[in-house]
Amino acid sequence: MTATISTTSVTPTRRRRRSARLSPLLVAFVLVPFAVESVWVFWPAIQGFWFSLTRWDGMTPPTFVGTDNYVELAGDATFRGALVNTVIWLVLFGGLSVLGGFGMALVLQKERRFVGFYRAALFTPVVFSLVVTALVWRVFYQPDGIADTLLRAVGLEQLIRPWLADPQTALYAVILPALWRQIGYVMVLFLAGLKAIDPALHEAARVDGANSWQRLRHVTIPQLKGVNAVVLSVIVIDSLRSFDIVWSLTKGGPYHSSELLSTYMYSTAFQSLRLGYASAIAVVIFVLALAVILGYLVRAFREEAS
Amino acid sequence: MNKLRTGAFHTGMILLSLLWLGPVLWVVVMSTRSFDDIAAHGVGSLPRSFTLDTYRQAWTDGGELRALINSMLVTVPSVALSLGLAATAAFALSRFRIPGRRTILLLMLAGNLLPPQILLIPVAKFSELTGLYDTLWALIAVQVGFGLGFYTFVLHGFMRDLPGEIQEAATIDGAGTAQIFTKVMLPLTRPALAALGALSFTWIFNDLLWAITVLRTDDNMPVTPALLALQGQFVSSWNVIAAGTVIAAVPTVAVFLRFQRHFVSGLALGAVK
Repeated sequence: MTATISTTSVTPTRRRRRSARLSPLLVAFVLVPFAVESVWVFWPAIQGFWFSLTRWDGMTPPTFVGTDNYVELAGDATFRGALVNTVIWLVLFGGLSVLGGFGMALVLQKERRFVGFYRAALFTPVVFSLVVTALVWRVFYQPDGIADTLLRAVGLEQLIRPWLADPQTALYAVILPALWRQIGYVMVLFLAGLKAIDPALHEAARVDGANSWQRLRHVTIPQLKGVNAVVLSVIVIDSLRSFDIVWSLTKGGPYHSSELLSTYMYSTAFQSLRLGYASAIAVVIFVLALAVILGYLVRAFREEAS
Repeated sequence: MNKLRTGAFHTGMILLSLLWLGPVLWVVVMSTRSFDDIAAHGVGSLPRSFTLDTYRQAWTDGGELRALINSMLVTVPSVALSLGLAATAAFALSRFRIPGRRTILLLMLAGNLLPPQILLIPVAKFSELTGLYDTLWALIAVQVGFGLGFYTFVLHGFMRDLPGEIQEAATIDGAGTAQIFTKVMLPLTRPALAALGALSFTWIFNDLLWAITVLRTDDNMPVTPALLALQGQFVSSWNVIAAGTVIAAVPTVAVFLRFQRHFVSGLALGAVK
């Protein structure tokens, strides 16, 4: 989007705008949405931090226990496993979807025959819910499902295993469908970014004798700076939020082998009914996301100021 | 040489497209196979039967009809309400010098960037407290509240870039704030509203986490969580589960096909800004 603002016409209208701001209607325009978000987001967020300092089963009132939950987290092997899995998830799911999405955007950026179809094919899963995605892939992983049939067809039947039920493979078997769905999404973001690059830049580089790798390295990637920042934030936030696909495929099992912080938090809260402890896990997720959120906000702030 | 490269490009892309569309087609085909066929030959084999009874089973016995109605009862008002509220906030914040407008805008955006996990327990408890727990109202409220920040931010960026002269002309013509909003700004913001509408429809329709946080009764579940329940109900009836999956995917695919252009530009809205 272009960021040109018509600030030039401000001076003659400033007085009128100032008087208009007192109108109760305008105040309501801002206050009503802000109040809705306060009730359902801001206030609950503050409560979330408070609950993390309590012991609470949801029936009796919460009791304040200070930092006990966090101390317990430090010694909780399941939590540590979920933390490691979340990092693996971030690196594999995040890294590969950026690489895959960027690669596909580069390959499919030029308008040519059938490109529209290829783009649409890669993008199709984005409109499915993650639960639908999970069920599609469950068929793939099923004993005697597509994966096993394919492996048998190429003579690799010794590799066959219960993909989702084997602690060694469960996490990766869940990452694959998540990637399948995310690559098309990231591709669309990069396609939009690539489209916004001035073709004259490439032309000039070509005239100067830059080969296609040099043009990618010194023209395309620097020009995509804005998109890169957005994609990075989206990916990190998405990774930390990832829940649906794991919950639909393995619920974090077997033996917590595909447990992420998000699924561990949910089962601790709503199955074990340890609401205080679960809140502490949620705070950890928040802290992990904080750097990215702040970075995103700083960007948005600069955007506003420009 | 050039021909060879074109050939390689298309071969590679056709294989890749197959990898993306194949699993989907497989499920569609599987939804028309009979139980005996799948039991005898496995889910990995080619179809040797054809039936549409699976859809009837998923639709009525599996409760997909009820679930789809719930989904619509949640999604349509949520999209309308959140876009409506976001549009008013974006209008006021972008076109008037409201004190602290930038802080308000960023605070609202920040709310949307929060990981939902920090909100789950308080939101569940708050909806119990207000008696909304296990009703579709709770789900609508939380979807509106959580989505607002992002929609406001995007619409704000869009409205801010509209030329100021239009608003001035309307003001000189004697239009009040409400009229400028409904008669001038909203029609001009239509492209952004359409893009966000298509996006938010799929987001809310596809949601699982909020639904299973504020709802408990099976009869109240929208289609996404209901699909998980269907899986438990028809454990080894893969054809019925496949039919249920197709049913759950149809509405978002329909919205996508209808609003394709808006949908993709909506995704790009955030990226190029």
